[in-house]
Amino acid sequence: MSHETAMAEGGFWRDTGRTGIGAWIFSTDHKRIGLMYLYCVSGFFLVGAFLGLLIRLELMAPGPTIMTAQTYNAVFTVHGVVMIFLFIIPGIPASFGNLVLPIQLGARDVAFPRVNLFSWWLYAIGAVIVLTSLFTGGGAPDTGWTFYVPFSARTTTNVSLAVFGVFVLGFSSILTGINFITTIHRMRAPGMTWTRIPLFTWSLYATAWVQVLATPIIAITLLLVVTERILGLGLFDPTRGGDPVMFQHMFWIYSHPAVYIMILPGMGVISDIIPVFSRKPIFGYKMIAFSSLAIAAAGSAVWGHHMYTSGMSDMGVLIFSFLTFIVAIPSAIKVFNWVSTMYKGSISLEAPMLFALSFILLFSIGGLSGLILGAAATDIHVHDTHFVVGHFHYVMFGGTGFAFFAAAHYWLPKYFGRRYREKPAIVGWVLMFIGFNILYFTMQVLGMEGMPRRYYDYLPEFARLNFVATVGSWIMLAGVAIVVWNLWRGLLKGEPFTGNPWGGASLEWSIATPPPTENFEEDPVVTHGPYDFKGAGVP
Amino acid sequence: MTEEHAEHILSYGKLTTVWVALLVLTAATIMVTRVELGVWKVWAALAIASVKSGLVIAFFMHMKYEPRLFRIILFVALFTLAGFIGGTFFDVLYR
Repeated sequence: MSHETAMAEGGFWRDTGRTGIGAWIFSTDHKRIGLMYLYCVSGFFLVGAFLGLLIRLELMAPGPTIMTAQTYNAVFTVHGVVMIFLFIIPGIPASFGNLVLPIQLGARDVAFPRVNLFSWWLYAIGAVIVLTSLFTGGGAPDTGWTFYVPFSARTTTNVSLAVFGVFVLGFSSILTGINFITTIHRMRAPGMTWTRIPLFTWSLYATAWVQVLATPIIAITLLLVVTERILGLGLFDPTRGGDPVMFQHMFWIYSHPAVYIMILPGMGVISDIIPVFSRKPIFGYKMIAFSSLAIAAAGSAVWGHHMYTSGMSDMGVLIFSFLTFIVAIPSAIKVFNWVSTMYKGSISLEAPMLFALSFILLFSIGGLSGLILGAAATDIHVHDTHFVVGHFHYVMFGGTGFAFFAAAHYWLPKYFGRRYREKPAIVGWVLMFIGFNILYFTMQVLGMEGMPRRYYDYLPEFARLNFVATVGSWIMLAGVAIVVWNLWRGLLKGEPFTGNPWGGASLEWSIATPPPTENFEEDPVVTHGPYDFKGAGVP
Repeated sequence: MTEEHAEHILSYGKLTTVWVALLVLTAATIMVTRVELGVWKVWAALAIASVKSGLVIAFFMHMKYEPRLFRIILFVALFTLAGFIGGTFFDVLYR
């Protein structure tokens, strides 16, 4: 394979026939599409984080603090919708997946570049519809991001438009999934056997299957909510023969696998970063690759664990509780393999590695608290409390969020040809890590003590810990601000980033920085695995 | 992985035969409703519907002539759908 590392003349940044914004929004280059996704999801992350800050400010003290109860309902709903559907689901797969996947396979682009652009357009249109729903009709939805009936069928807020926006976003996700599956099957370079595919791309493969198979179900479910609101069919209304629990089944048949759409690519990022910064080949390559598929498969069969208190049958509770424990096995396989990879490695604690290490810890805490929720007997006590909120943020923000920042620090310098400063990155990471734990661990304790989620007001005995959690949110957001500012500044104006300074052995590190428009000057022939540092000639 | 397979074009005769078979099976679905089968009525209707969708998938969607990979992919999708529907029965059958 080529070891060309000379600085290309601007790479894909300059090599285009169009100028201005048209060179981006009509480009079929996977790198430009990936960056457009990155800018969008990062923007929505900041919006979602700001809304999260408002929620914490409201809960800082009992009683009304900074907003009315109705505004609070809308703020936590919009925080959820923006973070879930506009940031975290497309977050890693659509942005870093597009940037990295074709290059890791030795391809010049994804299998269907125009479908890829169409997918971004659907994302942009869906996002505009969701945002429009906040300011039109009866005002921002107040149902929570889960849109549970019967409330979502009756509320006068603008639920119909919001769920239609999510419906459109779903098609974007499906098309990205189809594109990635086809690219991985059809576009691999000569020599890129299945066991030489980098684990990040393996994780995207498992994710893509979930995107393709599960997303249509949320699309249908949300359309049914719209028909329920507009036509009053009574599908979910028991007085007319409907079944509200059936909505929860259909919602979670998608939305539980969706948490694996969120976390699997994050796990893939970590699997790529740990060996590079430990200077050791990954431990248990095949098991990590297999466990991604196992998580995708097992994770699709456990949706009922969100419904233990919903009136589901006892048999259903029993079966879904049992199945839930199975997911813990492949998740633990990954964690043990990452730790084993680091054992006796020459570990270099740079920013991407710090984010990756904190991922392992935070994801493990989140995963273990998930067992408490997966076991029906203990879940009954903490269901719909702040314990669930804490658990969810540990896996989603501590997991995927930290992996997103790890990926940004690891790969973005490659695409921008410039790097961020190391010291602010580490300071930001420390603040994020400390603030994160103060915020979300406190939430788990609050939940254990019985503080419900989504409540505007609470009993005085919860006041102290709520105050602590809110202070944690300030520390964490200070860290996020430093990290984002440092990345922004560094990638635009920082020191040049050339060659292969991290010492990665996968294909993206063998090409010029920034990558040329078609990635490879000549078609690569792969002769070694993605973590075979000796084979790649990396010192 | 990258092997190309020849385009397989079905003759009009074969397509018409499949179409006629689908019409006959549709008629069979209607006739079955007039026979007293008790609880088996639903299963009979589902069985005929499965054969019909099998014919559509095999011939109209060309799956009979596609590489094995595509058939596996289709099977995974159908299996997943069956799993999703089946899973809800742990609830609705035992409530």
